[in-house]
Amino acid sequence: MRVVLAEDLYLLRDGLVHLLRAHGFEIVAAVESGPELLAALLGERPEVAVVDVRLPPTFTDEGLQAALTARRAVPGLPVLVLSQHVEQLYARELLADGTGGVGYLLKDRVLNSGQFVDAVRRVAAGGTAMDPDVIAKLLASNARSEPLGRLTPREREVLELMAEGRSNAAIAQRLYLSESAVAKHTAGIFAKLDLAVSDDDNRRVLAVLAYLNGTRA
Amino acid sequence: MASRTLIGLARCLALLGMAVLGLLTALPVVTMIALSFGLGAVFLFPSAVRMTRGHAQRARLLALGWTGVEIPPPYRPEPPMPLPGRDGWYHHAGQRYRTALVPLHNQNLSWMIKDPATWRDLLWLLADPVIGGVIAAAPPAMVGGGAVLVASWHPLLMAAGVLLMVAGMLLAPWAVRVHAMWTSLLLAPTHRARLTNEVRHLTRSRMDANDAQAAELRRIERDLHDGAQARLVAMGMTLGAAEELMESDPKAAKALLAKVREASAESLVELRRLVRGIHPPLLAERGLGDAVRALALDSPLRVEVAVDLEGRADAPVESATYFAVSELLANAARHGDAQHVTVDLSRRGKALRVTVVDDGRGGADPTRGTGLRGIERRLAAFDGVLALNSPPGGPTTATIEIPDALPGAGERLEEDVPPWKKTVTTVCWSLCWLPLFPQGLVTAVVKVTGGERSWFLGMHVPGPYQWPVIIGMITLGLGMLGTGLYVHRNRHGHGLRPAR
Repeated sequence: MRVVLAEDLYLLRDGLVHLLRAHGFEIVAAVESGPELLAALLGERPEVAVVDVRLPPTFTDEGLQAALTARRAVPGLPVLVLSQHVEQLYARELLADGTGGVGYLLKDRVLNSGQFVDAVRRVAAGGTAMDPDVIAKLLASNARSEPLGRLTPREREVLELMAEGRSNAAIAQRLYLSESAVAKHTAGIFAKLDLAVSDDDNRRVLAVLAYLNGTRA
Repeated sequence: MASRTLIGLARCLALLGMAVLGLLTALPVVTMIALSFGLGAVFLFPSAVRMTRGHAQRARLLALGWTGVEIPPPYRPEPPMPLPGRDGWYHHAGQRYRTALVPLHNQNLSWMIKDPATWRDLLWLLADPVIGGVIAAAPPAMVGGGAVLVASWHPLLMAAGVLLMVAGMLLAPWAVRVHAMWTSLLLAPTHRARLTNEVRHLTRSRMDANDAQAAELRRIERDLHDGAQARLVAMGMTLGAAEELMESDPKAAKALLAKVREASAESLVELRRLVRGIHPPLLAERGLGDAVRALALDSPLRVEVAVDLEGRADAPVESATYFAVSELLANAARHGDAQHVTVDLSRRGKALRVTVVDDGRGGADPTRGTGLRGIERRLAAFDGVLALNSPPGGPTTATIEIPDALPGAGERLEEDVPPWKKTVTTVCWSLCWLPLFPQGLVTAVVKVTGGERSWFLGMHVPGPYQWPVIIGMITLGLGMLGTGLYVHRNRHGHGLRPAR
């Protein structure tokens, strides 16, 4: 799978290159600044891009801006954004076009290589990978929402994992449930939040995220 | 208009009363000062100065209340109360005193004598009964004089009397303003005094800022020392142990390595929290507007944010504003029991203004909470102010304004010049030459040289009225010139800087 990587710290970039190569990815470009990243994204058309938010030359949100620009030019271009901190604001901007194929994770998640690589694959396949911290913030700021209050604790757990972008199978494995039990909880959640049920995992996740973002718009 | 004139006349009379009161104050004050320097009765001096200051302050308040001319007190701050030394005695100028009485008196004496404002006050006290009195007396005198002329029943004199009365009435509100300007001439702080006060204020706010910064650095140092640093040491030790076990017990080594990874993740979380407290990353990446939007998203309340800013403020200003908004939002959620908050960021000229309104139960008191005090201290370093309006029952409105925070002049928010002021200025300036030169000065010259050009009004009227008319014309011309100047100068209102 062809990957473009953007990270300005040499050690971390090198580590990511090794990690991804070890899991069978092909690194077509490993760049260290915003303009280089945009050129690589539009020139190489990778199957997935792994991008640090803060990049030279301005050390502001160069990486995020390059990713958003590239996604405007190439709708659905899969991008996994990494950062030292997660913000609901950035998550919203990444999800705004509603096409999926986005991820937004804390850099710490790289430490757990198995889950990280899983997230890269999910994004490449058009799914989403949201950091648990983002989801926690989303839920916290929805704390007073009435429909969310009606969820059972179990349904809430399922909702959190679903919002992170995990499939029913992955959720079942995580919570030691059967897949049919997860499906039952999912149906319960969608009924309580008054959302249209969809069989497609990715679209279901986007609907949940849009719901969580939308209640505060 | 009529009521304005009447009020003006009444005020003129009151100012006349003030002049008399000034005269009554001046008599004992001058006597006391003469005694204190002539006979060495210096203990009388502070009382004399306090009497003068009291009267001067009344005049300042009258000027503010009646004309809006703000005259801030020019005095240097009072010295602190003398404190006893370790031995229980008061030390002053190389002497020891049993009680604070003498040191306090000496301290006050030198504070008063060295302050130029004291002597300017005295000068004003002596001059005001004459100058201020004349200014205040003019309109009532004109009205009274006009009334006397009218009572003479001579047609020409009656006309002149009516004119004089009308002029006196019209002049009355202006006389009050001119009186206020005269008051501010001697009673307002001089440029030098203002600068001295400014320096004093800056020194204090710089010390506050330095203190706050030092405390912050100490906190960061402690956090790093107890947190990340300690964790790194532990991680290094665990790694060493894992290295040793690698050969003999690979399973245990692996467990240790997992522990190290966990510890590194924990220190990352800790460092992230620390960084957020020092300088929120979003502020660095996106600036104030988006950082406040992110705050709104993270808040459990419903927060609406409106941002109308072009240009970015300096990083320290942005940071202080961010933390202030953060604190206000936290307060609204914690104490105010609010549901809905609006945050508004905008620029006013070069100033940055933030308004936070919540629908909580109000009753916030800046003197109670340390959070609000902290905001004020942080903002003070940039001359920023926090205004809090929080009646019990809500809503609470907090407004932050930081002057000169934003780059560029922007559009200066000039108050519109009222049309009547423009008209007055134009009419005065375009017509003042007419009475001043042909009808006034030229006629005077013609009259002195004995010419017979009768189309000048001053030469046209019967002999005894000629000089009064000529002088009246010159006065009218000068008056128009002066009025135009006065209106033009004051069209933007008084006070260029906010009072502290």
